[in-house]
Amino acid sequence: MSLYVDIKKDFGSFKLNVKFETEGGVTSILGASGTGKSMTLKCIAGIEKPDSGIIVLNGRTLFDSSKKINLPPQKRHVGYMFQNYALFPNMTVRQNIMCGMHNQGKEVDKESKLLAIAKKLKIDHLLKHRPHQISGGQAQRVALARILVNDPEIILLDEPFSALDEHLRNRLQIEMKENLNEFNKEALLVTHNRDEAYVLSNETVILSEGDSLMQGKTKEIFIKPIYLETAIITGCKNFAPCIKVDDHTIDIPDWGVKFHIDEVVNEDINYVGLRAHEFEVNEKENKNNIKVLEVIEQPFEIQVRFKYENQIDDSEELLWTLKKDSKPFVSPKHLGIKSNHILLLKK
Amino acid sequence: MNLFPLWNSLRIALIATVIIFFLGVFLAYLVKKCPKVLKGIIDVVLTLPLVLPPTVCGYLLILVFGPNHPVGAFLQTMGIQFFMDWKGGILASVMVAFPLMYRTTRGAFESFDENLASAGKTLGLSNFYIFWRIRMPACKNGIIAGLVLAFARALGEYGATSMLIGYNQYRTATISTTVAYAWNNNDTQTALVWVLINLFISAIVLVLINIFENNNKKGAKL
Repeated sequence: MSLYVDIKKDFGSFKLNVKFETEGGVTSILGASGTGKSMTLKCIAGIEKPDSGIIVLNGRTLFDSSKKINLPPQKRHVGYMFQNYALFPNMTVRQNIMCGMHNQGKEVDKESKLLAIAKKLKIDHLLKHRPHQISGGQAQRVALARILVNDPEIILLDEPFSALDEHLRNRLQIEMKENLNEFNKEALLVTHNRDEAYVLSNETVILSEGDSLMQGKTKEIFIKPIYLETAIITGCKNFAPCIKVDDHTIDIPDWGVKFHIDEVVNEDINYVGLRAHEFEVNEKENKNNIKVLEVIEQPFEIQVRFKYENQIDDSEELLWTLKKDSKPFVSPKHLGIKSNHILLLKK
Repeated sequence: MNLFPLWNSLRIALIATVIIFFLGVFLAYLVKKCPKVLKGIIDVVLTLPLVLPPTVCGYLLILVFGPNHPVGAFLQTMGIQFFMDWKGGILASVMVAFPLMYRTTRGAFESFDENLASAGKTLGLSNFYIFWRIRMPACKNGIIAGLVLAFARALGEYGATSMLIGYNQYRTATISTTVAYAWNNNDTQTALVWVLINLFISAIVLVLINIFENNNKKGAKL
């Protein structure tokens, strides 16, 4: 099971230039809003046409500009779940799901397939309802059922959780993961939410301003983002330009500090990133004096905005987050961070 | 009493509405897919009859379908005549009422969520199925509103109709031309009867629109 994509599309002010390959399981495309994520999915589904390039699904060419191949969406066997689920409003849930089986065999078989999937996805009590009568989570399951009965080779998920309430999101992410596993479906997930990518996918492609910046195992990308863009998108809050001093030391002029790094620092490193939750009061490594500027109390954590003692004035303050405990918070005079928690980045 | 004008008005309006339906849906869909500049030009041309005086529309129709003009003369050799014939009333009604249908339908098509069509395509549904079973039902309200407006306009058409088909009480008379003719000939009795008939029909149309709108509101609340 594999999908190979290498496409270019010019929108004038914005150029899409995406290249990646999936190897089964769930792959996520992670990128900020407006980086061409949805456009990439639409090109794969055949809804939009790239200017040039090639798309191959399980050895079947869906699009090849040099050979003038451009299969219509109807012949691509690609399932597409839209952000708003795109259930047909004039049809009942039953009719919506039936649309996914319009060209398959006998009515009896369709009926039993419909009932089986509806039961599996817990929507069997909703078959007579219309899309506007069901909740967002239910609509997502109906959309998934409609796609699954169509038996596509890959399912494209376009920000599938963004229309849902916060408290539902996490549960439905897990549910989606289980369903994709259960039906043994390969999926390509587009999202700007790092948690979604982390929970659902084993591979991640990072998209930055229309370019596919890097691809790798999802967990590794979070541990070693390599690029500044990747660090930002995976949720790193503190970053600044840095200069390599020697093999184990970097200088960060903006913050007025030098950090010791255990591993050998590469020549092309020019940015440093520190995740907000990695600072420790009692850590001896890379300990520096700080000035606390603001303490914001959140329901379950405390956010501290601070500057290093010798930080230059117009540089941005840093963010430190820590879990709340029973003890009252006392602003520390200094903060340390372990060498292996310092992200060495390229811009 | 000669009821021909009632029957003639109704058949002209109904046939014109059917033609307007297909023409309006087809052109609205086509224009929506056009590139921007072309869209602007076609839009102006198709909407023009809405702002032109109906007599000007009638004159333009005579220029094309009149017996002394190429198209009209050609059609006459084929045995089809629009000038001074009730069928001309259909032409006049279509021309004048078409923009109402076209504009409301185009508005409905433009607010249609294209993701629905895309979803249908990825599920393997044919473009024909998507158009008639997904796009049209989703735009139903706008299309029906356009149809009702067009029908009402076609029924009340006077200017272009009287220019193109004149008045013959047994062959071309419509309700509106009959009212005008009767009034001009000091037959206020007949004019009043036809005014009342017209009021009655218009009231029925309005009641139907209201019933339809109320049903829609109920549907939306569910």
